[in-house]
Amino acid sequence: MSSKRKVLLMGKSGSGKTSMRSIIFANYIARDCSRLGPTIEVEHAHVRFLGNMVLHLWDCGGQESFMENFLMSQKDQIFKNVQVLIYVFDVESREFEKDLRYYQSCLEALLQNSPNAQVFCLIHKMDLIEEDKRDETFKKREADVLRYSELAATPLGERSNAVCQCFKSSIWDETLYKAWSAIVYHLVPNVNTMEDKLAKFGNVLEATEVILFERATFLVIAHAVLSPHKDPHRFEKVSNIIKQFKLSCLKMGSKLDSIQVRNSRFTAFIDTFTQNTYVMIVVPDGKVSAPMITMNVKNARKVFEAIETKQ
Amino acid sequence: MDSDLDDDGDDLRYGIDEEYDYPDSRPTVILMGHKRSGKTSIRKVVFQKMSPNETMFVESTARITRDTICSSFINFETIEFPGQMCPFDDSLDPIGIFQKCEALLFIIDAQAELQEPIATLVEYFCRAYKINPNIKFEVFVHKADGLTEEARVETKFNIYHQVKETIKDQIEVDLQVTYHLTSIYDHSIFEAFSKVVQNLVKQLPTLERLLDVFNQSSKVTKSFLFDILSKIYIATDSEPVEMNIYELCCDMIDVTLDLSSIYGVGENGANYDENSQAIIRLKSEQVMYLRQVNKHLALVFIMKEDGNEKVGFIDHNFGVFKQGIEQVFRVKNRGLHF
Repeated sequence: MSSKRKVLLMGKSGSGKTSMRSIIFANYIARDCSRLGPTIEVEHAHVRFLGNMVLHLWDCGGQESFMENFLMSQKDQIFKNVQVLIYVFDVESREFEKDLRYYQSCLEALLQNSPNAQVFCLIHKMDLIEEDKRDETFKKREADVLRYSELAATPLGERSNAVCQCFKSSIWDETLYKAWSAIVYHLVPNVNTMEDKLAKFGNVLEATEVILFERATFLVIAHAVLSPHKDPHRFEKVSNIIKQFKLSCLKMGSKLDSIQVRNSRFTAFIDTFTQNTYVMIVVPDGKVSAPMITMNVKNARKVFEAIETKQ
Repeated sequence: MDSDLDDDGDDLRYGIDEEYDYPDSRPTVILMGHKRSGKTSIRKVVFQKMSPNETMFVESTARITRDTICSSFINFETIEFPGQMCPFDDSLDPIGIFQKCEALLFIIDAQAELQEPIATLVEYFCRAYKINPNIKFEVFVHKADGLTEEARVETKFNIYHQVKETIKDQIEVDLQVTYHLTSIYDHSIFEAFSKVVQNLVKQLPTLERLLDVFNQSSKVTKSFLFDILSKIYIATDSEPVEMNIYELCCDMIDVTLDLSSIYGVGENGANYDENSQAIIRLKSEQVMYLRQVNKHLALVFIMKEDGNEKVGFIDHNFGVFKQGIEQVFRVKNRGLHF
């Protein structure tokens, strides 16, 4: 049983849609993205996510002539049966007002044709803003986006899903993983069951944290936090760290199997888990026995494989 | 444990603790080059963990910057001369500076015009040589990432020839100059710096021998002794270095330290302690190990996995190796005091 989900990727030309798609789903590294050319009309990409779920990405070229077509003649074709719209804004855009108006038109078209779609907005290329001004700039842009979202939604009555979520992102750091993890989180069924099981599993191991990653993209799909941690951004940081290492392994023609890192205060195990996932277990003890953890991971594997096939 | 290390620290020639350090024994590395050739970016990327894309925001250096790197195994002092200033100006005390200098790095932007920088390079090298003939001369042909493979080799070759000829004409000495192709966007800058530093580490042959013995007895295929802060390798065994293995080892250090700074930071903010270690298994039946040697050093090695659990065996061999390392630095130090 495979389920196909239509994901629209839209935004002004040059805002970075194809770059981020290539990094997340096609193992590009950030530096290689400068070689990508502009997208003509729509590029379709089917990516297998979590094994039996297929994301059908519609990467929509952002040049104005294409945008006009999408909104006029191809309106039905583009905006029907959409599960997710990801709209990308270039934070440094000189015509932000214009971008917002296009966004409003797209959102209107979407709400008419796929009333239940989820909307995510990414304020992209944040790395171009000086570090201490990033939060402020993001807040300003976010407020603008939300204002226009409401403008699009109001004439259609109560449409709560149109009030979208905004994320700041940059292909040069972990913010990209945070944004995309949040997006796929909405697409994965059974997240709650998985998190329950993860918490139980973590308790058995006396772990502080158990995180489940999708195998190909290393996006976080579920996590169980058993004792509080002060860094709210750690999930995407770990995604980024391991993904980079995975790419280094690929360059050598090899593949990552497992990682074990310790010091006096903790041990972290990252291991291949089910067919479609990696798991990370953090134990607050630098001397915990590795074979014990490995054996438990092996046993838990069956349970999680069963949950996955149920999907 | 920590205090033990400190005691060892002040015994070391390239010692560890700043407060006991003899200021004169610091190896001084001098960075020179025309303006916008990338001197500050190199320093920031190698020693201050700046990510390469952030160097876009680095501003042009206006005055001489002296930077002492203490948190690293190598007590580096880098002096950076801004491109528009002549380091041999009398007011800058060139004799004092260059007499202490052990390695002189000249950075040439491979993507820019070459004639002027080459002329400056030759002039500076000759003048520095007159002050101190023991300096190791190194040239970084920098920003090589923007060139094709052919252009890189050609550029390096051109520079090599011109420099060799002109220096011969000027001071009639065949100066030993080492050339490196570098870029901050890949590991080549770390590789080049490693070579420069190894040139300065006097215990190098002994360390190499130690690593060889360790490899043979533990069935290890390749091992590096890393300075954890800068990812420079102080020594490696006598097998040739494969660039991609070295890169993977660098990346392993990143993974270890990055995960440790998320989950294993102590009260003092340290993420690297005497129990720091990592094991990474690859599907190609290779296993990589990282073990803490002392506050600044780590041994990273890679071996074939044959299914047998050999952790105890490796632990023992590593213990012996660690003792060996401590002795190497102690003996050397005693020698110095005579």
